[in-house]
Amino acid sequence: MATLTLRVEEKKKSIEQEALITGAEAIAIACKLANVDVVTAYPIRPYDTVMQYISQLVADGEMDCEYIVAEGEHSQFEIVKHASVCGARVFCGSSGVGWMYAMEALTVSPALRVPMVCMVGNRALDDPGAFGVEHNDALAVRDLGWLLTWVDSAQEALDVALIAYRVAEDRRMFVPLAISCDGAFLTHSQALVKIPSAEQVKKFLPAYNRGDLLLHPDNVISVAPQANEDWVMEIRRQNYAVTEIACDVIREVYEEFETTFGRKYGNPFFEEYMTEDADIVLLGMGTMSTPVKVAVRKLRQEGKKVGFVRLRWFRPFAGPEIAKCLERFKAIGVIDRDFSFGSPDLSGVVATEVRSAMYTGSATRPPVLDFICGLGGREVTVPDVELMAEIVFESAKGIVQPLTQWIGLRG
Amino acid sequence: MGQLFAVEVIYRGVFQKTLAKNIARDIVLAAHNEGKLGISFGRYGDAPERNGIPAKSFAIVAGDEETLQAGMAQYEPKQVDLTVVLDDTLCKGAESWAWYGLKPVHDALKPGHTLIVVSLENPSTLLKTIHRREQPYKLGVVKGVTSFSGMWVFKDDHTDVRILGAIAKALPEVLSLQSVETFINEKLKSPLKVASARTAFDRFATIEVKAGEGNPEELFKFDLPRWEDMRSGVSIKGQPQGGPYADPVSGKVGGFRPARNELFKKYSTRTQRPVINFSTCTKCTLCWLNCPDASFDVTPDGTYDANLEACCGCGICEEVCPVKDCVHMVNESEFHGNDSQWVAFKKDQHTYLKWLESTIKKAEPIEKRAHGFRYRGQYEEQIPEALEVAKKS
Repeated sequence: MATLTLRVEEKKKSIEQEALITGAEAIAIACKLANVDVVTAYPIRPYDTVMQYISQLVADGEMDCEYIVAEGEHSQFEIVKHASVCGARVFCGSSGVGWMYAMEALTVSPALRVPMVCMVGNRALDDPGAFGVEHNDALAVRDLGWLLTWVDSAQEALDVALIAYRVAEDRRMFVPLAISCDGAFLTHSQALVKIPSAEQVKKFLPAYNRGDLLLHPDNVISVAPQANEDWVMEIRRQNYAVTEIACDVIREVYEEFETTFGRKYGNPFFEEYMTEDADIVLLGMGTMSTPVKVAVRKLRQEGKKVGFVRLRWFRPFAGPEIAKCLERFKAIGVIDRDFSFGSPDLSGVVATEVRSAMYTGSATRPPVLDFICGLGGREVTVPDVELMAEIVFESAKGIVQPLTQWIGLRG
Repeated sequence: MGQLFAVEVIYRGVFQKTLAKNIARDIVLAAHNEGKLGISFGRYGDAPERNGIPAKSFAIVAGDEETLQAGMAQYEPKQVDLTVVLDDTLCKGAESWAWYGLKPVHDALKPGHTLIVVSLENPSTLLKTIHRREQPYKLGVVKGVTSFSGMWVFKDDHTDVRILGAIAKALPEVLSLQSVETFINEKLKSPLKVASARTAFDRFATIEVKAGEGNPEELFKFDLPRWEDMRSGVSIKGQPQGGPYADPVSGKVGGFRPARNELFKKYSTRTQRPVINFSTCTKCTLCWLNCPDASFDVTPDGTYDANLEACCGCGICEEVCPVKDCVHMVNESEFHGNDSQWVAFKKDQHTYLKWLESTIKKAEPIEKRAHGFRYRGQYEEQIPEALEVAKKS
C-alpha cells in the first residue's frame, strides 16, 4: 500500500513524501533511493519482509536492479561480495541462523574491503526455533571488522540505510555494514515515515567508486590469494586502521545527512533521553527504547531522576565518548537483549563492553549493572523497566546489587 | 642449558613426504636411545601434498627438557647442525609453497657443519648447482637413486637408514651408530637395514667446501612491504599482458611472451625439464595449449620455447607432443641455469642439436619415469636396482 502511495505522489519528485510503512519497507525504499545494483535474497523471518518489498518494487517497475534469489544465505552473501568487488552497489540481509549459515562469507568480506550493506532482522538463534528478537545474531560478527548499527524506528531505518552506503563506500572505509532491526517490533510494524526525494538522495550519496580495487578486465588484479604468516598480520592491521577512523567518518556523514535532509540525529553513536539531571540511567539498543522511554517518563512523574541512553552504533564502539557520557551518573543499568554465556560477571555483550569502556575511559567508574531481558522476542514491559530502574537506584545509594540479573523471567 | 641440536630434511613434497617424516622421527627415536629428548615436525608453511614442492621436516634433539623447550620456542630452527637433501635437484634452491622466497639448501646450516645430499653425482658436480656462501661447510653424498614414492606409500629402499648411518658419522654428538642400530633392531626389526646403515656409516665421507665455493648465481631478493605500503583488500596487481619479442640473431620481432611475476619463480618444484628440438617442431600448439602454467613463449619463429623460470617440469608437454623426438623430459640435475633453449638454438643450431642429442640420451623412457608407482609390481622391480647402486658406491 505504501508503494502505491509512493507512486501516486511521485510526480512531486523533489519534495519529501510521507508514508505509513514498516521498518523493513523503509529499508527497501532506501535501497531504491540509493539505486542499488544487485540484491540477493533468501527467505527467513523477519528479514524476508525486506526482500518481499524490494521484489515488489522491482516487479512494479519502480526499481531497476539485479534481484537474485540464492539457494541459501551463504551464496546470498557470496554473490553480493563478488558483485561489490566488481563495482556494484549491493544489498543483502538475513536473520538469526540464516545469518549464521552465511558466516564464512561474512568473515571474509571485511578483509576484502567489501562495502556490502545488509539488514539483519534480529531473531533468536535456534534452538529452539523462534521468530522473536535477540541481538546475538548480528553480534556474532562484532570482532570481525563489520560495522554494526541498531535502529529503533522505521524513519531511522530509512535514514541509516542511506547513511550506511555513504559510510561503507567511503574509500577510507570499504567495510561491510549491518543495520540491525528488531524482529516484529520494527520489521513488522508500520509507522509514518518521511521519504526523501531521489534528487536529495543523489546529492547526498555519490556513486560507488571502487577505484584501484575494482575487479575488471581494465584493472587486472587478483583478489584473496592464499597468504602465510608473512602477510596476515599486515592485512589485519589494515582493517584495524579502518576502526581507528570509523567514528570520525560516521560523524562526518551524519553532519552531511543533517545538511542535506534537515533531519537531526545529534550524536550519531548514542541517543540520550532525559539524562540532563538524571541520577541513574538505563542503556540499551533497538526498539526496547519505546517501553523504556515510557517508563522513564512515568518514573520522572514520581520524582525519580532516571534517564535513558540508546546505543546506536555498536561497531565502532565509541568507547571514550560513551564512558564520558556515563561517568556523570551514580549508577548505570544496561539492558541486554542478548547473552554471552560464561562472560565476565556472566553479563550480556553490551554490559561487558560498557564496563570495559568505563574501566579505561572514566575516572569515577560508577557501578554498571546488567539486566538480561526480552530474549526470544519477549516483551520488555514498562513494569520490567521500572523494576530495573529501582534496582539501579538501590545501587546508586551504595546498596550492593548482583551484577547480572534476569528480568521478566518466570521463576 | 645443555646442547641443542637441529637437523633439517629438505624433500620433494608428496613424493618424499613419508620418507622425510620417517627420517626426522627416526633421528629423535635413535637419539632417545642415548637418553636424549627430542621432537620432530614438518614445516607448517609448506604444502607437502603438492607435486614437487620443496618442503622441510625437522628434528630437534637436546640433552634435557629445558634445552629442548628452548628449541621448541622457535617456529622452526633458524640454524641447523645438519641438513639432509633427499633429491639432488633441490640443490638449485628450496622454495616453500607458502613462499619464503628461493633459498639455498644450506641457508640454515651452521658454519663448518655438514650438508648431506642423496645423489648419483659427485660432490664436485653438485657444487656447480649448490649456491656459494660466505661460511665454509662440509658436503657429503649418500649415493643413491632419488627415492620417490607417494603420499600414502613408503618406498622401503633403505634410504632412511642409510641417511641415519651418514648422520651418525657426520654428527656423532646427536646419535651414535650404536644408537641407530639399536633403534633399527627394536623398531624396524630388520637386520638387513642395520647392515645398510652400517655400510652408509662406513662409506660416508665429506669434502670441505670453502667460503665462496659453488654456484655463483645470485638468488633473487625482495623486501616484504610494510602494512601501509601493501595494497588493501587482499589484492594483488595483475601482470600486464606481455607481447612479442626479438630474435637474438636476426633481431626480427614477433611471437608472444606472457608477462610473468618477477618474484615468484616456479622452477624449484622441477625434477625434470623439457628439452626441445626446434627443428622438428611442427608448430601444432599442443604444448603451449596444454601447459598448466603458461610457461611456453611463442618464439618469433612460431615455435614454442619452455620458459625455464616458469616451468614446473610436469611433463605434460612431452605427453601431448605428437612429434617423435621433439620434446623430451630430462632429469633436472643434468642442467645448470635456466637460459632459453631457443636462444641457444638460434645462435648455433649445429652445436645445439649436438647437445640435444647427447642430452636426450639421458632421458628415461616416459613409462619408467613416474613419481610413484604406475603399475603393480613396479616397486619390487625398483628395489634391486636401488640396492645395486648402493652397493657400487
